[in-house]
Amino acid sequence: MYQYRRFNNKNGFFQKFGNLDYILLSCLLILGFISLATMYSTDGGEVLFHTRSHFIKFVIFFSMMIVISFINIKFWFSLGYLSYAIILGMLIWTINFGITASGSKRWIDLYFLNIQPSELMKIFIILCLAKYFHRMKAQHVNSFYSISFSLIIIFVPMSLVIIQPDLGTSLLIAISGIVVLWFAGLNHKYFFYSCLLSIISLPIIISFLKPYQKLRVLTFLNPDRDPLGAGYQIIQSKIAVGSGGFTGKGFLKGTQSYLEFLPEKHTDFIFTLFSEEFGFIGSVLLLLIYSIIIYRVIRIGALSRSYFAKLFCYSFGTSIFIYIVINMSMVLGLLPIVGSPLPIMSYGGSSMLATMIGFGIVMSAKTHSQQSIA
Amino acid sequence: MININISDSATKLNSLNRRMFILATAKIIILGGIVSRLFFLQVKENKKYLTLSDKNRIREWKLPPIRGEFQDYFGNTIAGNFEAYQLHIIPEEVEDFRYVIYRVKELLELSEKQFKKIVKKKNEIKPWETLIVADNLSWEKFSKINNHLYDLNGVKPVISISRDYPYKENFTHVLGYVSQANENDLLTNENIKEKFVPGLKVGKTGLEKSFEQKLIGSNSVERYEVNAYGRRISQLAFQKGDKGETIKLTIDTKIQELTNELLKEKAGSICVMDIYTGAIIAMHSSPSFDPNSFVFGISQDEWQLIRNNPMKPLVNKSLSGNYSPGSTIKPIVALSALENEIIKPDFTVQCKGHKNPLELYGQTYHCWKKEGHGFVNLREAMKQSCDTYFYEVARRLGVDRLSVTAKKFGLGQKVFKDVFDNEKKGLVPNTEWKKNALGRNWVLGETIITGIGQGFIQTTPIQLCLMTAQIANGGYKIYPKIVANDDNQYADKFTPLYKKSRNIKIVQDAMFSSTNEVRGTSYRSRLDDPNYRFAGKTGTSQVKKITELDRELDLKTFQIPYEERDHALYVAFGPYKSPRYALSIIIEHGGSGGTVAAPLAKKLFKMIIDRHEIRKNYDNKKYLNI
Repeated sequence: MYQYRRFNNKNGFFQKFGNLDYILLSCLLILGFISLATMYSTDGGEVLFHTRSHFIKFVIFFSMMIVISFINIKFWFSLGYLSYAIILGMLIWTINFGITASGSKRWIDLYFLNIQPSELMKIFIILCLAKYFHRMKAQHVNSFYSISFSLIIIFVPMSLVIIQPDLGTSLLIAISGIVVLWFAGLNHKYFFYSCLLSIISLPIIISFLKPYQKLRVLTFLNPDRDPLGAGYQIIQSKIAVGSGGFTGKGFLKGTQSYLEFLPEKHTDFIFTLFSEEFGFIGSVLLLLIYSIIIYRVIRIGALSRSYFAKLFCYSFGTSIFIYIVINMSMVLGLLPIVGSPLPIMSYGGSSMLATMIGFGIVMSAKTHSQQSIA
Repeated sequence: MININISDSATKLNSLNRRMFILATAKIIILGGIVSRLFFLQVKENKKYLTLSDKNRIREWKLPPIRGEFQDYFGNTIAGNFEAYQLHIIPEEVEDFRYVIYRVKELLELSEKQFKKIVKKKNEIKPWETLIVADNLSWEKFSKINNHLYDLNGVKPVISISRDYPYKENFTHVLGYVSQANENDLLTNENIKEKFVPGLKVGKTGLEKSFEQKLIGSNSVERYEVNAYGRRISQLAFQKGDKGETIKLTIDTKIQELTNELLKEKAGSICVMDIYTGAIIAMHSSPSFDPNSFVFGISQDEWQLIRNNPMKPLVNKSLSGNYSPGSTIKPIVALSALENEIIKPDFTVQCKGHKNPLELYGQTYHCWKKEGHGFVNLREAMKQSCDTYFYEVARRLGVDRLSVTAKKFGLGQKVFKDVFDNEKKGLVPNTEWKKNALGRNWVLGETIITGIGQGFIQTTPIQLCLMTAQIANGGYKIYPKIVANDDNQYADKFTPLYKKSRNIKIVQDAMFSSTNEVRGTSYRSRLDDPNYRFAGKTGTSQVKKITELDRELDLKTFQIPYEERDHALYVAFGPYKSPRYALSIIIEHGGSGGTVAAPLAKKLFKMIIDRHEIRKNYDNKKYLNI
C-alpha cells in the first residue's frame, strides 16, 4: 500500500525530502546532542552504560522518525484505532505478565527489548482521539454519546496504568486525551465543571491515594518536614538548580550530581543536573529550544490541510509542552513529585520511542501537508 | 466519503484555531512562570543554595589537637608529647579482612579478649572509618608489622602524638594525668565538647585538669569533599591547629625528685615554698604512681593495685590530706599570745611531765616528756616543744583569738584557691564554729588541746608550709603559686600580718633554737654551716587518744599497729641568716616528728640552698636574653 501511494502521489520521494521541516529536525538533533552531553555528565564524565544506551536509542529512534515522516499521514490516520487497541492489549499484558521493578509492573519483555506501553499510550491516545474527532460533525462533538465514548477511551488506559501503579504516567495519558478533547471543541463549561468537581472531590481523592503518594503531596507542601526522607529529592534538586547560578558550575562540574546527592539524575531529574552545570542561561536556552520545537509542531499543524493532522499536531505539541512544564515544575519545587520524564532529555527507551513516533507523525503531516483525509 | 460539509469543517477549523490561540497565550504565560522560577532559584537565591550545596559536599574532619606541655622552672619538659606507634586499619581497603586481622593477631600476639574487642569495634564502625587496632605499640612490634606489610594490605602503621610523663611518678600529684575523654568531661567542659574527636585525651586530675582550657590547643581540620554517602572523595584543605599553651611551673625538678626519693616507701607529703614569691619549689605526695599508665587506659589489675593500696596513692596528701598539725601549730599559738599581749616572752610555766599532768575540771593534760621540762619560758618551751607550757598559754589565750591568728597565716582556707580541684580547706575551730556545726558549746578542754594542735584543728601540708613561710618572711602575706608566670596581683600581697614585728622575731628565734640548740627537738637534724642553717618546729600528731595503758607501756613506734602510729610532722625555713625557703614535711604514721620528719629537712635544705644560686642565675640569665 505504501509503495502504491508513493508512486501515485504527486509528491515524489525527493519532494518529500525537501518538504521536511529542517528547523524542527535540527532542533531535535541539538536537543539530542544536549541530552547526550548531559547523560555523559551523569555517568561522571565517562562513556558508560547510560550514555551509550541513550546514544543508540536516540540514533535508532531518530532514524525511525525520518522513516515515519515519509509514510503518508493517511496511513497513520487509518492506524488510529488499531494502534490504540494494540497498546491497550499491551497494557493488559503488562498487568498480567509485566516485569516488576521497584514495586510496580510497568514493562513488558519483548525478548529483544523491554518496553513500557504506558509511555506509548501517551502518543497513541492522541492519534486515536484525533481520528475519532476528525470524522465527527461539529454539532455532534458535544453530544452525550461522543463525550462518553471519548471519556471511555481516556479512562480505560488510564485505569490500566494506575493499577500498575504509576500515577504520573496515567495523569499524563489523561492530560493528552483531555488536550485532544479541548481542541476538538468540547464545550468550555464541561472543563469548568469537571475542574470544580475535581477540586471538591480532592480530599476524597487524597484519601484514596497510596501512603507514598500522600507523603509526596505533604512533602511538596513542606519539603523540610522530612529533609532526609521524603523531602530529600526535592530539597537536593532545588539545591542543585539554585547553586547553578547564572552561568552554572560548568560542564562535568556539577557537584550535586557528581557526588550523588541528586536522585534519579538520569531520568526525571535530568533537568536538575543540566541546570546545575549550565545555570540560568543554559536552562533558558534549553527552554528556548523546546519552545521552537513546539512552535514548529504547531506551525506544521496550522499549515496542514486535514483536520486530523491539525488536531494531532496541536494536541501533540501541547502535550509535549505540558510534559515539559510538569517535569520542570516538579524539579523546581512547584509541583509534587510525579514520575514524568523530560521528553528526549530523560533516559528511557519507551518515552523516547513514543516521542519520536509523535514527531514522526508530525513530520509526516508536514511532508503530506497538502494531503486531505476523507 | 468526500461528502464533508464545507461549512461544518470550517466551524471545526475555526474552533480549533481559536482554541490553539487561547492555549498558545496560556503556554507563553506558563513558560514565563517557569523562567521566573528559574531566575528566582538560580539568580536571586543563588547564594543560599550555593552555601547549601557546599554544606552538602564539604565535610570537615577534626584531628586531635596537640596538647600543650608542662615545663619545670628551668624549662625541662615534665609533661610532653611523644610519638606513639599505632596500627590502623580501614576495613574497606582490606581485601580479606579475616585473613589480615588473624595475621595481625599473630604478629602482635593479641590475646583472645583483645582480639574479640577489635572485631566488635570493627562491626560498629563504617567500612571507611579508621579502626584502631593498637594505640601504643612497642618499637619491636611496630617494626615487626612494618616488615610484614607486604602481606598486610590495608594495614597502616601510624605514628601519632600522645602524652608522655618523662619523670613518671615524680609529678603525678601536681600534674595529674590525661586519659580518654568520657561523657562526664564532655558535659562539664564546653571546650572539650567543642574539640572532641574520638581518642581525645583530657586532664583528669591536677593541673592537667585545671589548665585544660589552655593546654588543649585547637584541632587541625581536614576539609574533604564527600559524596552523598559520606565517603571522602578528595581533600580540599588542611587547616593546621595550634598546639596548646606550654605552661611553666615554679617547681625545681631536682628538688622534686629528692622529695620523691625521701618519701619512698612512706606515706606522706613534702612541700617547699619560696617565702617571698610564694613559688612552690617542690610539692610531692607519697606514695605516687606512674601517670603514663593512664594515658592508654590502665589495666584492671594495675588499677586495683593502686586503688587498694593502704597508703592511698590516689590521694594528693599535700593538698587534700587533713592532719592535726600537732606541735607545728605552736609557733602560731605563741605568736597569737604575744600579739594579744597575753604573755611576754619571759612568761614561765612549770612542766612536771606526764607523771604529774595538768589537771583542769577533772581532765588531765599530759606533756609528751615523762620527766617534764621544769620551769620553761617561751623560747625553751618552743625549743623542747613543751606541751604543758602551751596548754597554759592556750588556756589564757582562748580559742577565738588563736583562730584569728591561725586564719591570718593561711590555715583553714584553700591555699591555691581554684587551681586544684581536690584541695581541702582544713579546719580552724572557734567557739562560733562549734556552735554552728556541732550545736554544742565550746569547752575549755578543747581550747587546751588546740594549743598543741590536736582536737578539731585540721591542716593540710601546704597550709603548714604557707604558715611557716609567712613567719619566715617576717610576717608578710604571700600568695603561693605553682605556675611561673602567674603574677598574682593581689592587693593585700605583702601586707603585714603582725601587730609588732618583734613578736615574729621572737617566734623565729624560738624555732631556730628548736633546731640548732642542744635539747631542741630537731637538734640532731641541724646543719651547722651558717649558710645552710635552718629553723624549724617538729610535730607529732596523735591519730588515736593515748590511754593510761599506752603511757605505761611506752611502746616504740614499730611496736604499734601501722594505722595507730602518730603522724610525724616538721615545718622549717632557711637559711636562717637570710630566710628564703620554707617547707613542711608530713610522714603518715611515721612516729615522732623529731626522729622521722626532721632528718628529711636536713637533706632537703642542703639541696634547696645549693640550688638557690642556680635558680637565681637562671632568673638573671632570662632577663639578659631579652
